Amino acid sequence: MSQFFLSLITGIFIGGAAAYLGSLMLSKRMALVAGPLGHLALPGIALALIYGFDISLGAFSFVILGIILIWFFERKTKLPMEALTAIVFASGVAIAFFFLPIDQAEQALVGDISKIQLKEAIFSVILCAIVFIMTEKIYSKMTLINISEDLAKTQKIDVKKYNLIYLLLIALIVALGVKVVGGLLTAAIVAIPAATSRNLAKNLVQYKFLALSFGILSAFGIFLSKLTSLPAGPLIIVVSAFFFLISMILKMILNLPQY
Amino acid sequence: MEEPILKVKNLNVKLDGEEIIKDLSFEVKEGEVLTILGPNGAGKTVLLKTLLGILPYEGEIDWRKEVKIGYVPQRLPFIKDMPMSVKEFFDLENVSENEMKEVLKSIGTGQEILKKKIGELSSGQFQRTLIGWALASNPQILLFDEPLAGVDVGGQESVYNLLEKLKKEKNLTILFVTHELSIVYKFSDRVLCLNKRMLCCGVPKEILIPERISELYSGEIKFYQHRHK
Repeated sequence: MSQFFLSLITGIFIGGAAAYLGSLMLSKRMALVAGPLGHLALPGIALALIYGFDISLGAFSFVILGIILIWFFERKTKLPMEALTAIVFASGVAIAFFFLPIDQAEQALVGDISKIQLKEAIFSVILCAIVFIMTEKIYSKMTLINISEDLAKTQKIDVKKYNLIYLLLIALIVALGVKVVGGLLTAAIVAIPAATSRNLAKNLVQYKFLALSFGILSAFGIFLSKLTSLPAGPLIIVVSAFFFLISMILKMILNLPQY
Repeated sequence: MEEPILKVKNLNVKLDGEEIIKDLSFEVKEGEVLTILGPNGAGKTVLLKTLLGILPYEGEIDWRKEVKIGYVPQRLPFIKDMPMSVKEFFDLENVSENEMKEVLKSIGTGQEILKKKIGELSSGQFQRTLIGWALASNPQILLFDEPLAGVDVGGQESVYNLLEKLKKEKNLTILFVTHELSIVYKFSDRVLCLNKRMLCCGVPKEILIPERISELYSGEIKFYQHRHK
């Protein structure tokens, strides 16, 4: 199988799964969370690059560590979550820079799947499928929780359990996302396709489907990367942002007052 | 005598160390409309949430066995931004197609509302939808939190009438949280005046006298009792 094809398939799966989960995160006003989490994955990515193991593995462990730290600090200090997140993720970035191999900094920061190996690609695709299926499974319950935790509780939904699954899925998708777009850009792959979809969708079915589609389509950036030999990660984001602009223009046209 | 549908005894609720509800005891009979009246911050919403089992408490809350509770929350700030149709909103609680039709009939709206986006409903329609959502699981008791907040006057009137109708048709017991006195007179069998602790409880006409009201709202409010036809 050609290297390009392998990268493209991986990009499509990660982009699709991230966007699908992202559609849920946008409804919970948590789309930006993937950003700090991606940042604090950086020390993990740096370690993975130095010792040559899968960067998703390094990222995942640090994201989980970061989530636990934020949760712990929140319990102990009662400071707002965003302040604690800022402390934890900035520290993550700072620490990463002490030992991030400078020649591989670009891969850590904006991702690189152009040289992905078959085994790694299969592993990523399977994990993406798991994220997608699990997201689908929790989707309607999470939507109700997003609307109102109280309402969800009256429906006997175990809010804590669902939030935990949801958080784990976010950690997983961030860990997968850093492969494609690096530690700096993970917020974009969950937020932009969902935002684009929100501009166009009239109901939940359309919203989910469009988010997934835009996530998949943004993998077109990998194709552009082959043509231009610019890095794929930033191109994926630019393609995604381009779709967003179009959706916004469409929305403006469709919402024009009709006389 | 029939067992009450709800018995509350010596209820105390503390949130973050602050005492919100203090030593509250009351009962609710089946088919009764009880209004919980009090100023902002009196603990009304907290009381409802505690009764629903959402918040931790001390004391006793005894619901009649296997009673089904419907809840209409005060605000759903996020839902209007979501791309979601009314039908999809109902789908979140696994109601069958038939039940959905039944509910729409009882809240007095046509099938066409199902296709509408939640964010595009009028405040009255939205309120009806929330009531319908709470009714879909066939509850014996409905808990309402400020059901008419933000609904225009015309809409308010029709939501009242809807509640009256539902109460008669389904023998619903209704717990109603509000700070609007007019609702109390029109609609409720009994009133519980709450300001962290219970200040009074009884039939509206007998207990809603100016002294009580001003005690409840701890200020000078001019309020005159007047008869409706």
